[in-house]
Amino acid sequence: MTTTSRLGPASPPTVLDAAAGEAPEATRSVTRARRTRRVSSDDGDDRSAVSASDWRRPSVRWTLGPTHWLLLVLLVVWCVGPLLLLAKFAVTPTQDILRTPMAIFPNGIAWSNLSEAWNDVQVSKYFVNTIVLAAGAWFSQILVATTGGYLLSVLRPRYARVLQAAVLATLFVPAVVLLVPLYLTVLDTPVFHTSLVNSFWGVWLPAGASAFNVVLVQRFFDNLPREVFEAARVDGAGPYRLFWSIVLPMSKPILGVVSIFAVIASWKDFLWPLLVLRNPDLQPLSVRLPSIEATTDKGVLMAALAISTLIPIVLFLVFQRMFLRGAGLGGAVKG
Amino acid sequence: MTTDDVVLRRRTGTPLTWVRGGGLSALVFALPLLVIFGVFSWLPIVRAVVMSFQKTNLITTSWVGLQNFQNVFADPLLPVATRNTLWFALLALVFGYPIPLVAAVLMREVRRAKGLYSALAYLPVVVPPVVAVLLWKFFYDPRPEGVFNTILGWVGIPPQPWLQSMTMAMPSLVLEATWAAAGGTVIIYLAALTAVPPELYDAAEVDGAGVWRKVWHVLVPQLRGVLFVTLILQVIGTAQVFLEPYLFTGGGPANATVTILLLIYRYAFGNSLGGNYGEATALSLLLAVFLAVMSLVYFRLTRRWSTS
Repeated sequence: MTTTSRLGPASPPTVLDAAAGEAPEATRSVTRARRTRRVSSDDGDDRSAVSASDWRRPSVRWTLGPTHWLLLVLLVVWCVGPLLLLAKFAVTPTQDILRTPMAIFPNGIAWSNLSEAWNDVQVSKYFVNTIVLAAGAWFSQILVATTGGYLLSVLRPRYARVLQAAVLATLFVPAVVLLVPLYLTVLDTPVFHTSLVNSFWGVWLPAGASAFNVVLVQRFFDNLPREVFEAARVDGAGPYRLFWSIVLPMSKPILGVVSIFAVIASWKDFLWPLLVLRNPDLQPLSVRLPSIEATTDKGVLMAALAISTLIPIVLFLVFQRMFLRGAGLGGAVKG
Repeated sequence: MTTDDVVLRRRTGTPLTWVRGGGLSALVFALPLLVIFGVFSWLPIVRAVVMSFQKTNLITTSWVGLQNFQNVFADPLLPVATRNTLWFALLALVFGYPIPLVAAVLMREVRRAKGLYSALAYLPVVVPPVVAVLLWKFFYDPRPEGVFNTILGWVGIPPQPWLQSMTMAMPSLVLEATWAAAGGTVIIYLAALTAVPPELYDAAEVDGAGVWRKVWHVLVPQLRGVLFVTLILQVIGTAQVFLEPYLFTGGGPANATVTILLLIYRYAFGNSLGGNYGEATALSLLLAVFLAVMSLVYFRLTRRWSTS
C-alpha cells in the first residue's frame, strides 16, 4: 500500500489511502473467505483473541457461550425490534396503534393502511421520484468517478497531479460549508444562468462531486495489472476502447461498492432535496414524509414509513457483503 | 517526480502533437470531473469564503468586512447552540462509543453465524434517517400509552415526557442517533479487529496469557489507532447534527435542542423574507475551521500510527 509516494507530500489521508488501496485485496479476501467457509467454518486461518484451546477450557466456554446468546438477543431487540414494530404498525388499525401500541393485533389487521398510503397519500408518486433521483445520482457519481479515476490513474496527463490534489482537498471541507454557497450556485448556475431549483438536475449534478468515489475508484485502477493495458494498446486499443472494454469490466467489484453507496446515500438524503425541490410533486419520500406526518392517519403514516424502508433493506439483505465491506472501508468519510 | 522533471518533460509542441499524444482524449475524460467539481465543489468552496464577508439579497451584493462574524457572535442563540452541540457530542460519545467496541470484540469471537451478528448490527444504518426519526418520534409519545412509556410501565417506571422536557429532549435525540449510527462503528471496529495479526495472539498464548490478558494487552493496543479515528469521526459527525433536532423538536423545547447547524439553516433558509446568507456562511466557516483542526489532528495521528 505504498501508492502514497506518488502523490507527493500533499497527500494527507493515510487511512483513506490504505482503505481505498485495499479494495481489490478486500475483494479477494472476501472470495477467499467464502471459499474457506464452504470447506470448514472455523479454520485456523481466522484466529482471534480467544483461541481454540481457550474454547476448550470450561470457564471460557461457560461465560463466552451464554454471552454470545445474550448479545444475539440484545441485537435482535435493539436493532430489529423497532423495525418489527414498524412492520406491525403498518398493518394495525390507527385506534390500536394509539391506544395499545404493544398489543399484538387486538382488533385484527388493517391491510388497508398500505393501499391507502400507496394511493391516497400518493406514496407511489414520491416513491418514483425517489427512484429517479437515486438513478440520476448513481449515474453522475459513476460517470465522474470512473472517467476521473481513469484519467488520474491510467492516462495521467501532466496536470493530473494538480487535479488530484484539488479533488483530495475537497475531502477536508465539511459538507456544512458547501450548504449555502452550493444552494446559491444551483439557484443561478454560472455561465448558463439558469436555476436548477425544482429540477432533478439540482440533485443529480452536485451528487457527482464526491471526492471519496474518485479516490476509491482511482486506487482500484492503480492496482489493476498494467500489462493488460499494454497488451491492449499493442493490439491497437485507443484510450476510449481501453476504458470501456478493459478497465470498466475489470472494475466490477469497486463499481458495485460505489453504486450501492450512491443509491443508499441518495435514498437517505434529506436536507439537500429539501432545499432544491420545493415543488411537492418532485419531492422524494424522505422530504415528503415529514410534511405529511401531522395530517396523516397514524396507521397510514406507518405504512408509508414501512414502504420507504423496504427498498434499502432489501438491497442490504441482497448485497450484504458489499455493504459490510464498504462500511469497513468507508469509515474514513463518515462525516 | 520533482518539479524539475515536469519542466524537463514540457516540450514545445504544436496542437497537433498534443492531440496525437492523447491530450485531447485525456481532456475528454477530464471533462466530467472538471465541470462537476468545478461548479459544485471548488466554486462553492471559494464562494463560501467570499460570501462570509459580503451581504447579499441575491440582486445586489456588498462587502461588509467582518460584520457577518460580529453579528453571529452577537447572536444570543450562538452560546446556546454551541452548548447544545457539545452536549449532543458528549452524550453521543457516552452512548455510542464504548458499547459498539464491546459488541465488536464479542462479535469477533462468535464461532457460528458470525454474519448474522454483523448483519443485525448494521441493519438500522440502512434505514432512511427520516423514517427512523419519524418512527422514534412516535415511540417517544409522552402519553402513558406511548410505546416507550408502555415498556417503562411493564417495569413499574412512571411515564416520561421524552421530547417535551428540556432535560430529556437532547438525550432522546442522541438515543435515536445512536441507534441509527452504532452499526457502522461496529463494522469499522470489526474490520480493525480482523486486521490484528494472529501471530500476536499466538505469541501471547505461548507466554501464558489468558483470554483477558490477550484482550487487554494485545487487542486493545492494536485498536488504539482505529479507536482514535472513530472518536474524531464521531466528533466531526456530531458537530454537524441537523436532522434529529430539525425533525424531532425543531430546536425546542425552549431552544434546548438548537444546534449549530440548525442555527445556520435558520439564518439562510428559516426566514421567509429572504435568507441571511452572509451570516450563515460566516457561521459555517467558523464551524469548518474547528472541524478542519479536528481532522488535521486526526490525519497527523493516523499517519504517525500507520508509519510506526
